[in-house]
Amino acid sequence: MAALRRTPPALVAGKYAAIAAYVAFALFPLYWLLKIALTPDALIFSDGTALWPSELTLDNFRTVIFQSDFMAYFRNSVIVSLSTAAATTLIAAAAGYAFSRFAFRGKRWVVALMLLTQMFPLLMIIAPIYKLVAAIGLLNSLTSLIVVYTAFNIPFATFLMQSFFDGIPRDLEEAAMIDGCTRLQALRVVILPLTLPGLGATLGFVFTAAWSELLFALMLINSNDAMTFPVGLLTFVSKFSVDWGQMMAAGVLALVPSCLFFLFIQRYLVQGLTSGAVKG
Amino acid sequence: MSATHAEHAPGMPRARLARAWLRYAVEPYLYLSPALLLICFVMLIPLAIGISYAFQSINLLRPFDAGFVGLENFETLVGDGRFWTAMSNTFWWTFGSVTLQFGLGLGLALLLSTQFHGKRLVQALVFLPWAVPTFLIALTWSWLFNPVIGPLPHWAAALGLLSEPYNILGDPDTALWGPILANVWYGVPFFAITLLAALQSIPSELYEAAEIDGASRWQCFTKITLPFLGPMIAITVMLRAIWIANFADLIYVMTGGGPANSTQILATYVFTTAFRKLDFGYASAIAVALLGVLMVYAVILLVVREKLVRV
Repeated sequence: MAALRRTPPALVAGKYAAIAAYVAFALFPLYWLLKIALTPDALIFSDGTALWPSELTLDNFRTVIFQSDFMAYFRNSVIVSLSTAAATTLIAAAAGYAFSRFAFRGKRWVVALMLLTQMFPLLMIIAPIYKLVAAIGLLNSLTSLIVVYTAFNIPFATFLMQSFFDGIPRDLEEAAMIDGCTRLQALRVVILPLTLPGLGATLGFVFTAAWSELLFALMLINSNDAMTFPVGLLTFVSKFSVDWGQMMAAGVLALVPSCLFFLFIQRYLVQGLTSGAVKG
Repeated sequence: MSATHAEHAPGMPRARLARAWLRYAVEPYLYLSPALLLICFVMLIPLAIGISYAFQSINLLRPFDAGFVGLENFETLVGDGRFWTAMSNTFWWTFGSVTLQFGLGLGLALLLSTQFHGKRLVQALVFLPWAVPTFLIALTWSWLFNPVIGPLPHWAAALGLLSEPYNILGDPDTALWGPILANVWYGVPFFAITLLAALQSIPSELYEAAEIDGASRWQCFTKITLPFLGPMIAITVMLRAIWIANFADLIYVMTGGGPANSTQILATYVFTTAFRKLDFGYASAIAVALLGVLMVYAVILLVVREKLVRV
């Protein structure tokens, strides 16, 4: 729009001011987190609301990494999130492929079932899940978290994978199958390379979802050894709520994997949604 | 070569038919079975069990007092003042969050649909909150509201919004604003992304034609942009409202439902009853009530959708 007509300079200035305000709003909380994490403990109170710390230190990070349990929590979270992401992507890819390539009896019911799981409040099943997991003796184990998270993420991941498969022309694998490939060979040789970006995106989405899940992890885990990062951080906060610098350093560490994923995904975000919107 | 052709000819032998049936009726379920099994055992069966809990007395702290009690949990619910507080808080929490997220998100989407210097960088930066884990958002914002280490109370006091820099999360009158603000920070990118995608799907010829006809910017916005986005906006907002009504993480971490129950929404009430009191029966009854509220809302949503599509 702006390119089409001559814009009055006051409006341009207003626009840039609005953009700056949005950027400041989005970044300020994260900046503050980083600022307190880098401020030496002795200066936290005297610095007060100063926007820039008068002295920088990495002590808080050092303490968190070498002298606390946070690295164990971090490791637990990485194990849970990676396993969940891998298992979900594999299972959802198979299901998404079935949705994309077959017209079969009962398909509408299966789709409806998957949509249903997205509608009801997940907290409804927190008590039954606790009892079931306790009954098979898997409380305080990462396995139970992995299984639960995998199931939670399958419906969304399936629809995501289906949309990626829908984007690959059917003719490609049919041609391969006419040339004598079995379906599995056609999948491996023709479809897999084309769908790698889709698999990557699904892995990333599920990883971040599993990384941030808190309430089920709180319910199912209470031994220190098996705590994931969110549970560990929350327990730390409620026990030692004065080590501000260390808590925020731990927070900054928790942010790292999500930010990496975000950098990877953000350029596809608007593009992908746009092409989807045009199609619909 | 000719042999393969013969097999595809009409009048297939029985074995071929069986194989075709196997391929088209059984093969898809082969691929679907892991997904379906997991969903059944981890979500659908527990859902059924959870609904049945609402009619039982199940408290892990009183293990010998278990059994079916009919509607007793629901009778307690009707007389429970906390439940009704949570009900009205759920409304204000959802309404406040959605309105602010949507307003700011629309503004951001409109800005991003224009051309300016450094657009790619700005786009990456303003979408960043969407990727931050929710527990960390909750902690970060409760720290920002803390007068000891956070700047917000001091700024609010300097602007005259607060009489002195105190923690708004500790005051029953203002506490709900804390999680709402954190939720707005988290949700603006979601609305901006969806609305930006929709904005970009409006054909630019419309704006060019309007400009030739001498339409003002405001006229373009109200006569082209809004009518185009209208139905999409309504559906997104209403679906998002369901998601936010169920979203307990921020409130649980920031206030735990307190002080004096002033920030308890139905979803956090379910969680605290199950997690802290281990009263699974009563928690499930609250959850069933929440489900009921959401279903009524969904029916309204469907009716509105019908109206919008007809227009």
